[in-house]
Amino acid sequence: MFKSKNTKENIMKIIIHTLLIAGAVSMLFPFFWMISTSFKTPSEILTYPTKLLPDSLHWRNYTHAWKNPNVNFARYFSNTIFVAGITTLGQLFLSSLAAYAFAFFNFPWKDRIFMLLLATMMIPQQALLVPDYIILHKLRILDTYFALIIPWICSAFSIFLLRQFFMSIPKELFEAATIDGASKIKFYYKILLPLSVPPLLTAGMFTFLGSWNSFIWPLIVTSSPELRVIQVGLAQYMQAEGTNWGPLMAASTFCTIPLIAGYFFVQKRFIQGIATTGMKD
Amino acid sequence: MKNKTSLFLHALLYIFPGALIILTFHFIPVFYAFYVSFFQGRFGREVFVGFQNYRILFQDPDFWNSLKNTTYYVIGTVPTTIILSLCIAMLLNSKIKGLSIYRTIYFLPVITSINAVAIVWKWLFHNQYGLFNSWLEYFGMARIDWLGDPKFAMFSIILMSIWKGLGYNIIIFLAGLQGIPKHLYESADIDGAGLWHKFRHITVPMISPVTFFVLIMSTISSFQVFAQVYMMTQGGPNKSTSVIVYHLYDKAFQKFDMGSSSAIAFVLFIIILIMTIIQRKVAEKKVHYAN
Repeated sequence: MFKSKNTKENIMKIIIHTLLIAGAVSMLFPFFWMISTSFKTPSEILTYPTKLLPDSLHWRNYTHAWKNPNVNFARYFSNTIFVAGITTLGQLFLSSLAAYAFAFFNFPWKDRIFMLLLATMMIPQQALLVPDYIILHKLRILDTYFALIIPWICSAFSIFLLRQFFMSIPKELFEAATIDGASKIKFYYKILLPLSVPPLLTAGMFTFLGSWNSFIWPLIVTSSPELRVIQVGLAQYMQAEGTNWGPLMAASTFCTIPLIAGYFFVQKRFIQGIATTGMKD
Repeated sequence: MKNKTSLFLHALLYIFPGALIILTFHFIPVFYAFYVSFFQGRFGREVFVGFQNYRILFQDPDFWNSLKNTTYYVIGTVPTTIILSLCIAMLLNSKIKGLSIYRTIYFLPVITSINAVAIVWKWLFHNQYGLFNSWLEYFGMARIDWLGDPKFAMFSIILMSIWKGLGYNIIIFLAGLQGIPKHLYESADIDGAGLWHKFRHITVPMISPVTFFVLIMSTISSFQVFAQVYMMTQGGPNKSTSVIVYHLYDKAFQKFDMGSSSAIAFVLFIIILIMTIIQRKVAEKKVHYAN
């Protein structure tokens, strides 16, 4: 009797794994296809019946995309890293400052101000594009790095995430330190920030990824080719290249791989962060 | 004891820089859009026109078309994504080996940029040389012009979007499922409850707050779909994939009609607000919150 229960369980396990593997294959397949096509020669790409793998690794698509005179992926990469890096640092700094005040200080209207900031998370970003564009125009910073960075150097989400963590730090620690004569700002950078490395990393990761993958924002607020970030560059490249699929797949591959590589390093923290906060860019 | 004003001013020192950014770029603009929507004309030469932009907007077949297409997209992606991701999350939650590997794989499309994967899917969907059509042909079926046929273009974008967004919801559902107390299932086992019974009477009610959260978040983000359309179809063929944000982008940044695009932005804001309120009302009745 026990044995039959075991076989029944084993059959269940096999069915579950079969379903999950089928799902996993469909998740991975487009990536496989992207990389496989990126190494094919033009004639291999257009043969029928379609070949799953190229006969040999054909690197020409990569050099074609990277050295194309109409695009400058090296420049787009440095722009993206610069913008995402500054945005992330700025956001961690400004959000943690505000979160610190919300978590430790007592002041009038504290909850009301906090709720107001939280409410901004419910506003659909795409509804802000036009008014934000006009505001940036009036500030005369359209088509500059400032336009790419400044609107994103603080977010209600990061404030919320960091405040949640700061609240778990005993208030006595704050009171003891500030009574001791240490000023509030000293507590912030001497005690609070060193204690908060894990949530800062989580918030930083989300910000960096969001900035790296952002598309419609840089598309509308910049127009100079020197300011182009990867996502806009990729879109531009697709329009320029048309149906030249080999180089297009090569460009998609080298724009995707750094992110996937980075993801493998931080995936555990990342998935935990999503599971606890329900973050969505 | 310090007085209230000085406490407030001191706190403001810390909050102000961040709050300034958030309010300037992520809150006040909603009202600013409403204000701008009463004007017409180019930068610096705007004329007050009252509700004219809204009147024109509501008579514009392209606007209604974009609303229809967006609704089609939302209905096509949201329920399917929720059902599929709940099923996969339940499979993952059944004490199997390799959970973290599966989780990593299913999550991969979520972190990669939509632009890169949109190009890949455009290639998969390609009418002549795309893999999907060569499979169809291999199995003796007729080719489908995935992105070129107005009947199929939105469907193809929906397919791709489900693939892209599934992993995110799986993670949220998995976290929710792992939070259900084990003893509930154990006592149901003692009562001899079957799989369906346990699903219907334990999993569904216990997971309902998570489902509700996922529903709201995916509805809000689906209403704002843009990059897929921009990359894969540019709103075509025959405007069959022109969604609200694409229509807005076209009006604002191709035709530089700030007044009427602000009207679209404000209508988008109101639609999403109403959707959220309705879902909240329904949830008050249907969602089961522990304690």
